[in-house]
Amino acid sequence: MGDLIVLAISCILINNILLAQYLGNCPFLGTSKKMETAIGMAMAVVFVLVMAGVITWITNKFFLEKFDLVYLRTVAFILVIASLVQFVEMFLKKSIPALYAGLGIFLPLITTNCAVMGVCLINVNEEYNFMQALVASFGYAVGFGLALILFAGVREKILLARVPRPLQDTSIALVTAGILSLTFTAFKGMV
Amino acid sequence: MAKSLTQEFVKGLWDEVPPFRLVLGLCPVLAVTKSVENGIGMGLATTFVLVGSNVLVSALRKIIPSKVRIACYIVIIATFVTVVELLMQAYVYGLFLKLGIFIPLIVVNCIVLGRAEAFASKNGPVRSLLDGLGIGLGFTLSLATLGAVRELLGTGALTIWKDWGLAFDIFGPAYKPFSFMVEAPGAFMALGLLLCFMNLAAKK
Repeated sequence: MGDLIVLAISCILINNILLAQYLGNCPFLGTSKKMETAIGMAMAVVFVLVMAGVITWITNKFFLEKFDLVYLRTVAFILVIASLVQFVEMFLKKSIPALYAGLGIFLPLITTNCAVMGVCLINVNEEYNFMQALVASFGYAVGFGLALILFAGVREKILLARVPRPLQDTSIALVTAGILSLTFTAFKGMV
Repeated sequence: MAKSLTQEFVKGLWDEVPPFRLVLGLCPVLAVTKSVENGIGMGLATTFVLVGSNVLVSALRKIIPSKVRIACYIVIIATFVTVVELLMQAYVYGLFLKLGIFIPLIVVNCIVLGRAEAFASKNGPVRSLLDGLGIGLGFTLSLATLGAVRELLGTGALTIWKDWGLAFDIFGPAYKPFSFMVEAPGAFMALGLLLCFMNLAAKK
């Protein structure tokens, strides 16, 4: 149990998926202009990432490794993730319309969010067992949400500041992300 | 209406060069540019996938039903990524280990899917080939540039291709490495500042 808590903390803070592992940066910059969209994206990622992490782990263990098809991992994982996202979208639309209205536009974007695929590959490469994979997926997803929402807060403040023209938009966002990432390196000594 | 074939190729090198003009595919840009060598390796792998998927998507563009096109594109891209993965394991294993999960992650690189959707699905195979080649080389150059800045400041050396002996110690042993640049925060800042310089240059 203690190991799992340490794993979760290290996934959320120390190896933060956005700021330390450089995964999922397109939505990080794309959806962080407004707090509202950032929260929507963060929730959608937590939702899909946990499911994708578990399902790809099962796919890998019981299909790919069993039938000696490990070289098909990339193709298999992306197909599983794409169909999972499609399925989740249809399911939510039908049975939980309120949640669908909140997450709707972010769901299709998640297929090409490399954080999702990245975490699935990390789970397999690190040879995590089922519980570890579950906790790691959840931890990475929460870390993603945390960084995205913090960053959105900072970016809303930047809108009020006067930024030199060449630095505007993406450029200043990247520099800000750098500073945010610098603060996260302070967690390195924790575990 | 149509651009000449040379224009299709050249536009990827400056006008539409990713990731600076089209802010897409940032993850590998930030992650693998610790050295010039990694940048070039990643860039060439992406170029291969881009060219392959562009040509195949364009050749099959009349057969693929438009409702399931994204899924089809992803399968095509994933196939080429698997090919690159196996080739790199066989011939440049050291680089393969250094780039790690970023090789399979080419599959979710928005540039590749973006070009398939925005260009290859509407143009013939020859044009798509040139488009893929141009964008891919532009991407490689950007990665190499960013890699050069980070490696030079971060370690004081430049590694262009180690196996060919192209590794230089530029600043000499007296240089105290600014190792911030090869860490994650440095990646974000270096890219942000390079983007700023590109904007300055483009304005003139």
